[in-house]
Order: sequence, then C-alpha cells, then structure tokens
Amino acid sequence: MTRDELRALIISELNNIAPESDAAAIDPAADLREALDIDSLDFLNFLSALHKKTGVNVPESDYAKLLTLERALNYMEGKLHG
Amino acid sequence: MYEFRMPSLGADMAAGTLVEWLKHPGDAVQRGDIVAVVETDKGAIEVEIFVNGVMSSQLVPLGTKVPVGTALAMIEGVAEIPSRPRPTAAVDVAPAAPSAAPAKRLDAGVRASPAARKLAAERGIALASLTGTGPDGTIVLGDVERAAAAAPPPHRGLDLDKMRQAIAAAMARSKREIPHYYLATDIDMSVSLAWLMEQNAQRPPDTRLLATVLTLKAVALAAKKYPAFNGSYEPATGFSPGANVHIGTAIAIRGGGLASPAIHNCEQLSLDELMTRLRDLAARARDGRLRSSEMSDATITVSSLGDRGVESLYGVIYPPQVAIVGFGRTVRKPAVVGDRIEARETMTATLAGDHRVSDGHLGGRFLREIDILLQEPAKL
Repeated sequence: MTRDELRALIISELNNIAPESDAAAIDPAADLREALDIDSLDFLNFLSALHKKTGVNVPESDYAKLLTLERALNYMEGKLHG
Repeated sequence: MYEFRMPSLGADMAAGTLVEWLKHPGDAVQRGDIVAVVETDKGAIEVEIFVNGVMSSQLVPLGTKVPVGTALAMIEGVAEIPSRPRPTAAVDVAPAAPSAAPAKRLDAGVRASPAARKLAAERGIALASLTGTGPDGTIVLGDVERAAAAAPPPHRGLDLDKMRQAIAAAMARSKREIPHYYLATDIDMSVSLAWLMEQNAQRPPDTRLLATVLTLKAVALAAKKYPAFNGSYEPATGFSPGANVHIGTAIAIRGGGLASPAIHNCEQLSLDELMTRLRDLAARARDGRLRSSEMSDATITVSSLGDRGVESLYGVIYPPQVAIVGFGRTVRKPAVVGDRIEARETMTATLAGDHRVSDGHLGGRFLREIDILLQEPAKL
C-alpha cells in the first residue's frame, strides 16, 4: 500500500466515523478529536476499521501516536513498511 | 385484536409523525419487532411491538402527525397481551388517553385490485386517499405506482433544531419541578485503568473495552443497591422504583444535539455485553435510528464528558427520572497513600439527586458505593 493509498484509507475511515466532517480538509497536524469532534468510542472504531483493512493492531499504549492525520499516516506506514 | 399505538417517548412528547412502516398487513409480528418509524422532536424513532400476532390493517397514512395513544395499526391473533415490565406508568408505551373514536380500517370498502392493495401496503399508501382510474373507480396498480412516485421518501435522521427544543422542554421542566441537590467525589481510577489496560492488551481493537463501561456497570450495581436513585417520580403517584436498571446513556450528537437512550438491564450485563450495546447505541443514536423502548425506559442517566477535557459535570435530571450521575476526565493527582504522596489516576464523579426521593446523606452513600465497585473492576 503506497503512502497515498494509506492516506486515502485513513481519510475514508475517518469520514465513516464522522460523516458530518470532511477529514480530507482538516489540518494534517490538528488533533483529530478536536478537528472532527470524535470521542474515545469513535477513535476505537477508527482503529478497529484500520485493523480490519490493514491488519495493523494498534495497542492502547500507541494511541497518542495516531492523534493527528499526519502522525496516524506515519505510524501506519511504519507498521506496514517499517 | 390489539391496537398498536403511537407510543409516548418521554414526558414531554404529545404527538409524533408516522414516517415509515416496516411491517405491512398480512405480516406476522413478534414481540420486539420494529413495526414503524415515528418522527419526534428527538429524531426518528423505531417503534417496537410487544405482542405476537399478525398485522391486519394500518390505520394512519404516512406523514400524519397523531397524538400519543392513537391507534396506528391493528394486530390480530394476539393470544394474550403480556404485561411488559416497565419502570414507570408515566412513560409507558400504552396510551395516555384512548383515541377519540374507534379505529377504522383505512382501506375498508375501497375498491382496489389485489396488486394495487399489495403495493399500497408495501409503500404505506392509504388506498382511501387515491382516486381510482379502473372500472367503476377501482384503484389499479398504476394509481398506486403514481402515488408512490409522487410521495416523498420516508424521512429518517435527526433534526437538531427540534432536538434542541425537546432538550430545552425536558430540562426546563426538570429545573422547574425537581429540587436538585448536587454531590461530588473524587474516585481513584488507578486500579480500574490498570486492569483495563491489561485486558485490552490481549484484545484486538473491536473487542476492547472503554472505561465508560466500567462506570456504567458500577452505577448499575450501585443503583440496584440504592433504589432511591433508580426509577421515576410523578407528582400524582410519587416515586416508583425501577425493577431493573436501565441506564440512559448521554450521547453527544456531532453538530449540537444530545440523546440519552437506555441500555436495558445494565446490572445484568457483562462488561463485554455493555460495550457491545454502547457501540450499537452510539451508532444508532447518531444515525437517527433509536428504538421506542430505548427512548422511554431509562431509570437513571449517566453522562461522561471526560473525552472533552471536562473535570466535573453537574447534570440536570431527565424527568421523570430522579438521578443523573456525571463522570469527568481522569487526571493524575497527588494522593496520600499510607504515609506517602503518590500520583493517582483520579476522576470526579458527581450526582444530581431529586430531593423529593432522596437526600444528600443517601446520595453520598450511593457515590461511595460506585467508588468501592470501581476499586475491584474484575468483579464488575
């Protein structure tokens, strides 16, 4: 999966979680919880979706590493290609 | 014969608009089936039935706003009408008042072809509202097809303006009628969070637990022990304790709404079951697909704003309930443990109680019980 494909996947799943917003339009450095008004249950659903689509199982201790679009992209890319 | 009626989905609801039929004449219905969708100020609510039988007729056309208690459909073959255990008569799905006139089949006496009748039933179109173009004015399939094409699609979803009005009405009534008292206590969540992390380390994301389910279960067990916080109060009849603990779980709607649908029988659910219910409820609340029993059955409310950085919240009781428990975010705070000062994961729990039913002394014991339960998460 290329970085662009991974970015598209993350944005798509964020849009599924928070359809009222457009994840593609937010600042890549913004806190996803604030930018998309998502709570801990939404975030867990987001991680569940990424796990199903990519096989990457994000442990709780790594949650903070996915709190922005850019960081989530870097984290997932590292897990898939690192 | 059983009349399936417009339910009351809260003390502030006087009427609802029928927007979709999910069962049609000739369909068998079973207890728990979703039969219709009703638009209320709180959004589109799926209305369940609590008898077994066969729908014989629909009595109200789609798009019609009718008072609570109005017969919507007739159900035949109901051997007995079970008395559904409910927390309170005030919010029962049974009618608040009988409908003004005996229900009349909308399609009785209307000349229509079998195909037209079938499609009309499927689309929820009242034959009586159509003009037939067949022999002697008989309604034929084409007449129904034209009506179906012209009819607006069933509306589902949330109207946040209406939801705000409903919240305002309920909260204004609460502040007007309920003599609130407020208590707060700090709960050491270190043991619970450590246990949770250990549990979740062994699980994939889709089966992990959130701290919310620990607090829900703790409140449910505490409410079972202290029934003065679980039930409803009506001025005419006084306090009615709930037989079970149905927790109204406050769910924020992005864009500015709030729903508090009930998770039933929380005291009997495992943490995994609670988590599954919570996921399902949150998804449906935000999709405008809540069910009638979830809107009317809550016996106590729990609200958590920790995700939003709030340290403590003091709730407004949702009438006719008599208590709301609030949880804030967990923060590391210094605490004296033995002779040492340690950083502990600390969460503020609050209680808003109804002075007509309980007082601060009992409220303090109730909060203390929640604290005790959260110190042994494995037993929840």
